[in-house]
This record gives sequence, C-alpha cells and structure tokens, in this order.
Amino acid sequence: MFFRMITASLMRRRSRMLVALLAIAIGATILSGLVTIYYDVPRQMGAQFRNYGANILFTPSENSFSAEDLEAGLALADEGALVGSAPYRYESVRIHEQPVMAAGTNMEGAQKTSPYWLVEGEWPSASGEVMIGKNVADNLQLKNGSTFSMVYTGEDSEETPAESGAESAADGVESAAEEAESPAAGPSDGSGGEEDAEEDGYREAEFTVTAVLSTGGPEENYVYISMEDLEALTEISGKIDLAEVSMSAGAEELNAYTQKVSGEVPAVRAQLVKRVTASETTVLSKLQALVLLVTIVVLALTMICVATTMTAVVAERRREIGLRKAIGASDGSIIREFMGEGMLLGFLGGIIGAFLGFAFAQTVSMKVFSSSITFQPLLVPVTIIVSIAITGLACLLPIRSATKVDPALVLKGE
Amino acid sequence: MSLLELHNVYKIYGDLHALDNVDLKVERGEWVAIMGPSGSGKSTMMNIIGCMDKPTKGEVLLDGIDIAKESAKNLTTIRRDKIGLIFQQFHLVNYLTALENVMLAQYYHSIPDEKEAYEALEKVGLADRAKHLPSQLSGGEQQRVCVARALINHPEIILADEPTGNLDDSNEETVVELFRRLHEDGTTLIVVTHDPEVAEVAQRMVVLRNGKIARETVNENFTGHIRFHV
Repeated sequence: MFFRMITASLMRRRSRMLVALLAIAIGATILSGLVTIYYDVPRQMGAQFRNYGANILFTPSENSFSAEDLEAGLALADEGALVGSAPYRYESVRIHEQPVMAAGTNMEGAQKTSPYWLVEGEWPSASGEVMIGKNVADNLQLKNGSTFSMVYTGEDSEETPAESGAESAADGVESAAEEAESPAAGPSDGSGGEEDAEEDGYREAEFTVTAVLSTGGPEENYVYISMEDLEALTEISGKIDLAEVSMSAGAEELNAYTQKVSGEVPAVRAQLVKRVTASETTVLSKLQALVLLVTIVVLALTMICVATTMTAVVAERRREIGLRKAIGASDGSIIREFMGEGMLLGFLGGIIGAFLGFAFAQTVSMKVFSSSITFQPLLVPVTIIVSIAITGLACLLPIRSATKVDPALVLKGE
Repeated sequence: MSLLELHNVYKIYGDLHALDNVDLKVERGEWVAIMGPSGSGKSTMMNIIGCMDKPTKGEVLLDGIDIAKESAKNLTTIRRDKIGLIFQQFHLVNYLTALENVMLAQYYHSIPDEKEAYEALEKVGLADRAKHLPSQLSGGEQQRVCVARALINHPEIILADEPTGNLDDSNEETVVELFRRLHEDGTTLIVVTHDPEVAEVAQRMVVLRNGKIARETVNENFTGHIRFHV
C-alpha cells in the first residue's frame, strides 16, 4: 500500500511532481556532469599540456646511455600514459665551414614530444633529409630544398646539452648552441652523397633541407637529422645524450615513474621538467577547485529548489495531511510517506541526471577540449544515491512542518 | 458503562466558553444526533469526542479511557482503533481511487486488504465505482466512499459531521439508509447536523446552545427511516 500510495501520488499528480522532478533532474544533471568533468579534467588538461612539450627528461648517469636503456625506461610507463619520446644525440659538425650543432633524433618521436614546433616544410622522413633551425637557415642562407655538405671531424664539444643540465636541455639546449658557435677547424672537401673518411675521424655527407624550424627559442640553432644518419656520419651508434619523454599523468604518478626509472635503469637519470609539471599541477588544482566549488553551489541550489518545491507540496496538501492524521496516521507514517515520495523523486531525478549529466559533460568536453570523455558507469549509482540523499535532506524541514498539521482542520472544513 | 461519557466538560478559549459544563452519555449501539446553531459548540464537541482535541476541564471517557489524560500519540491510536469519521466535505484523497481511499484507513489501522475494502464499497453500493478517482464520482458517491472508509476498521463509534450537508435529497436518503443499516449492525452513531430531517431520524437528539446542552429529545417513533417535511 505504501508504494501504491507514493507512486499514485507521483503518477496522478503529474504536473506538480514534474516541477519537483525537473528541479531534481537539473540538479543531478549538473552534478553528474561536473563530477564527470572534475575527474576527466586531469586527463583532458594533461593531453592539452602535452602540446607544450615533454614533461620528463632522461639524462645519462655518466656520459651517455643506450637505446636499450631508453626502451627499458619507457617500458616502465603505465599503459596508455606514454604520449611520445624522442632520443637526442648532439654532435658538433660543420656546414659551409661554419660550426653547427647537429641533433640526431627520431623525427616521429620529436613530433609527439614537441608538437608546438612551427615547422615550415615537411618533417624529414628519409635518409639524407634534415630540418634546420631558423637561425641556422638565416646564418647559412639555407632554405627548403637546399643541399649542403655536413662535415664531422670527430671534435668533442666542451659541453653537451645533457651536461648543461636537464632543465636547460629541455629549454632547447642553449649552452650547446653557444658551444656550436665557437669556431672549429676541419677541412671540407665539398664532396657529398656518401661519408668520406680521408682523415681519421673526418667524415662528410650531403643532406637536403626539407623543413625550417621556428620556435622562438634555442631550437632554432640546431640542425635536426635522423639518428640513423648521425650514426652513419659519425660511425658511432647506440649513444643517446638525452631523451625527452611526454607522459599524460598527474604529478604524483610522474614522480613515481621518474624514481622507478632512475632506480631500475642505472644508466638513466629520469627527471621531471619542473616548469611544465609544476604549472600543470597548479592549473589543474585551480581548475578542479573551481569545478568542486561550482558543484557544491549547484548542490546547495538543488537543495533549496527541492526544499521550496516540497514546502509548496506540503502547503497545498495540508488538508490531505490533516485527513490522514484524522483517520489514524501517526507522525511516523506521514514522515515515511512524504520522505518516500521525495526519495522516489530523487531516484528518478538521479537516473535522468546521471545520463543527461554525461551528455552535458560530453558536450562541454567536445566544445572546450575537442575530445570525448569516457562513460563512467560508477557515476550512475553515485549520482542516484547523492540525488536521493540531497532530496531527503531537502525534504526534512517541509516534512517536519507536515507533522504539525492539526487533524481537526478537516472537521472545520478548511 | 456507557461507550461515551462526558462529565463537566469545559473548553475555554480566552473568555469564550466553547463548551460550558457539558454532561453527556452515549450508550453502545445508540444513534444520537447533535444539533445547534453555528458557534453553539458542536465542532468543539466533535473534536473532543473524535480525540482531536482535549477539554480544558472535565472528564471524557471513551470505552472507559479518559482521553483528557492521554498523550497525542495515544489519542492517534484511539482515533484509529475506535472511531470512524465522516465529513461534510468528504475529504477523500484526490489521487487515490475509491478502493484505495478505503484501503488507506486499513493501512493506518492494520494491514490493507483489497478484498475487504471492495466488500465495504459493495456494502455502500459502489462496487462498480471502485477504480474511479474522487473527481469521477458524484457528491453522493464520494460520501458513500467516506462511509465505507469510516466503517472498514469496525470502529466502536462513527462520528459524522454534517454528513448530508452537501447532498441532494436522493443522496441524503441513501446516506441515512446506510446509517440505519450500520445502526442495525450495532454500530454507535453520533451525527452532527443542521438538518432537522436527518436529526429526527436518530434515536436521540441533543441540542447545543452557547456551549451548553439546551435540550435532549428521545425519538419515541424511531424507525431509522427519513421522513421529508413537505
């Protein structure tokens, strides 16, 4: 009879109850949507932050580390967290008799770790193709399609980017660029195509410019060639000076990862690029705090709205409450019936809100982050339970006033 | 012992004596009509007999229980177990069907029994209207549902407040006929009414004036059947 009564009350008084249901459903929708966004913001923002470069650097514990060390380090990352990685090896070379720093890398990896690079032309994709920094292009009067000879003399630069420190290396290896500007002796016979080894350590190869790199930073002082070409030119392989790693994870996970890599791969010292991770953490925490604040405000507004609606419902049902009490309903019965109605409304509003909330979060995610969010099944029962609890709380005061209705008012014909 | 006894009952609001030293006894199975002009104390007496109010002074014994000394919670229990109420404005829950309105009284009393509720509606001639909402019933039909609801828990006493006040002659006759059958079954009836034709049907008529019992008349020719004055 209890369920028969409360369902009859909701079903046969549709217009009144729809207003209450609408209030609860809107509250639950915004609540569910904001909570979805709250939990998805780190992932979304993490992906956005990855556009601003790598957040982890692998530097060698001693002089350099190998490709196997890099692979071992990357293998320790959580599945799906790794966005990309790019190994870098720096060698001092000469182009048109000018000393330049060549950076050997994996072009596909570099595209992922440095998506903010402004590349004019096509990224090198074949052997013999290079991308040159804008400063190098200006100084040597090279442009897309130009060919030139790169000479490797085997001279050691005094300081490699890895040695100058992980942070400055992430910034574009300025010290290495400065080093590259110092004059370095070394003949060039001008022959291209294949490496030449006329003298001990002296080698030369011809390259074609396919892209010019503009970043506004020290990256413009480098010539980027594939790791394979650099290894062929220098005849030294398997040597990496540093690696940039881009990973989508929170500050704690990143910290744990770097410690794990440093512990399990002795040749590698993994470090966070603090400037990136710190600003990411700051922005994320502020954004999450904002979403949390809005969620709390929405909850409070929902409670007020439901409480107001229930107060109106109680007021217009005073005569019915009086009748119920006159024919023997106890205060407990009245509380159970109104609370039952409120909670059933909360349940229905919660179901509607859980699904509309996902649609709301999906819309926000698509508009703001241009990416979709994954449906969190756990959020459905959570939204329903919270919706029932909020409705129950909001009903307390109006229901308390319902128990104070005088049964005698029905005899007075009110 | 009488089913209902009022001894020196007063109900005082400030300077107003709504009930002023009232003594009344109603025997088990008796049919009593209470009459009086507006403000005579009829409603106050109904509230007290119906356990919805307490006297300022005096003793009100219902089936031996002094309701003046009982808590509000106990009064609810007494009302639920011993009293059936019928109202002038019917007071049916508008979103429950006729059957559910009858079952509502069962629900607060004990366990709802749809079959028994249906039989109660059958008794008042509304079996075919059981699934109708109050808005789909005429005034007379609504009052008959109200009678079915009042008698469903087999109360000791039925209190009817102006039960025919909103009905036409035909429906008035039907309701009075229901009262007669209830009386035959041994139910105690107290009917508050303005209508002399309804009051004259009862075994005894009590007239209230200014909070006091002004007159009591025993119906020597009691038949339980209404006689309309032309």
